[in-house]
Amino acid sequence: MSRRKDFSGYLFILPAIIVILVFRFYPILQAIRMSFFKWGMAGPLYTVGLKNFTRLFIDAKFYQSLGNTFWYVVFVVPLTIVLSVFFAQLLNQKVRGRGIYRTIYYLPVVTSIVAISVVWKWIFNPDRGILNAIFGFFGAGGLKWLDDARGVFEIILTPLHLEPSGFLAGPSIALVALIIMAVWHNIGYCVIIALAGLQNVPEQYYEAAKIDGAGSWKTFRHVTIPLISPTIFYLMVTQSIFAFNTFTPVYVMTQPPGGPLGTTKLVVFYLYEQAFKLWNLGYANAIAFVIFIIIFLLTQFQRRFIEQRVHYE
Amino acid sequence: MNRKFTIHILLAFGAFWMLLPFFWMISTSLKTQMEALRFPPTILPQAFLFSNYLEAFRQVDFSRYFLNTIIMTFGTTFLVFITSTLTAYAFARLKFWGRDTLFTLFLAIMMVPVPVYLAPSYVILSRFGWIDTFLALIIPWSVNVFSIFLLRQHFKTIPQDLFDAARIDGLNHFQVLTRIVVPLSKAVLITVGIFQIVSNWNAFLWPLIVTHSDSMRTIQTGLAYFAQAESTNYPLLCAASTFTTAPLIFMYFFVQKQIMESFAHTGLKE
Repeated sequence: MSRRKDFSGYLFILPAIIVILVFRFYPILQAIRMSFFKWGMAGPLYTVGLKNFTRLFIDAKFYQSLGNTFWYVVFVVPLTIVLSVFFAQLLNQKVRGRGIYRTIYYLPVVTSIVAISVVWKWIFNPDRGILNAIFGFFGAGGLKWLDDARGVFEIILTPLHLEPSGFLAGPSIALVALIIMAVWHNIGYCVIIALAGLQNVPEQYYEAAKIDGAGSWKTFRHVTIPLISPTIFYLMVTQSIFAFNTFTPVYVMTQPPGGPLGTTKLVVFYLYEQAFKLWNLGYANAIAFVIFIIIFLLTQFQRRFIEQRVHYE
Repeated sequence: MNRKFTIHILLAFGAFWMLLPFFWMISTSLKTQMEALRFPPTILPQAFLFSNYLEAFRQVDFSRYFLNTIIMTFGTTFLVFITSTLTAYAFARLKFWGRDTLFTLFLAIMMVPVPVYLAPSYVILSRFGWIDTFLALIIPWSVNVFSIFLLRQHFKTIPQDLFDAARIDGLNHFQVLTRIVVPLSKAVLITVGIFQIVSNWNAFLWPLIVTHSDSMRTIQTGLAYFAQAESTNYPLLCAASTFTTAPLIFMYFFVQKQIMESFAHTGLKE
């Protein structure tokens, strides 16, 4: 019977194929096609050629959202990874209560971003929030957090009579608040992945380092880091993409959404606003197209330039 | 001894910051609004006001939101089980023309980030007349490539002899799948199911876009709506945040290992 022509393979994948064609493949094609049209939900369709893209090139708000996203990713990803490797290294020692610490660190990962955003908005409250209460106790309270549009580089450099503005002002304090929350939210996930990487390092490498008389920092720097570099690379890729796609905290925490002065408007939120608040679907697709290209380049770039330096066993 | 002590101090310092928002959420949820606005704040509530929970639950239709989320979660999970066992079986065990190319294509399509096809998906769903229905919440997510991938890996490890024996006994492929393969794959199916539960429960952007009416809100869009409506009543907001996250956190304490495992394979999802 196995000689008979067998179509059951196609039959078995048919349901999945239909769903993927209709709800993934076709929308992606449409996204590309629609970016050449001007289109509201109801009205007529105008072919505008490349107008959506030329408009994109001169749209200051789009550039601002790209700049915001750049700072957001550039701060969130390294901070999360450095901290999580640090804690994973601690958890990799033979100390009591490791399981409990692991459980605690991972807790935010299973909590919804909406709920987390609601709570952190309260924590960051400038007048009543617990963060300013704690910082105030150490004499460092008084930041306006989510209401503060000043860039961090602007704050640091203004006393030196350099006054960077726009993109060079760096992430606003409000965006820093979102960055802090994102690091807090993702760290548990990265700790678990980094820990798995650390546990895969064969014991004899450490013994060899010990015999050579390497101290613990030297061992960490020259044995551990190179050996877990594939894990770090994986985290960099996934965390960059994840950070780039951030939407919910902007929607829930900032007032007006994306404010103050548009300094927390990340690019995915800008797309949402164009598509579902202003109903510029064609224009939104041009933005989507750019997002797609950037994410694609991001992964390729990281593959090229970082993977070369990654040590695979 | 000294070294161990330092490690504990550092780990505890980390744990303090990880737990602080949860502690603060629960503490605030039990305060009166007057007490919540005090500065510097009280650490623990003076009187434990459990009625905040009831009030938050009643102010907007949270029971409806819970029900909607449960329907969405069950619907999606059920369909994902069906589509991914069938597809994974075909990809792992059946021979047909274009199989490996199709599988690569599936994986490639998964790499495209959600924002890219958000707007066209909305257009398609509205053409179908599915906007603001459960169909829009469930059907587009009824295939999950990660689940297919995981199950395919597992199906490949099942010894060929078992399949040969079953075929000789006259079972067709569908019977082999349901009677032999699925019972042998419980652990993987549980991982798939848990991932579905967590990601459906926490889904926000998609429900926000494809539903409009109050009666179709899910837990997360409902909570976001409540946060806008009651933007300054922090005890009620914290109470709502607590009871919307509690079911997952409760589940997390029981199936921690499986949750970590399924997330490790997929990465995070917003």
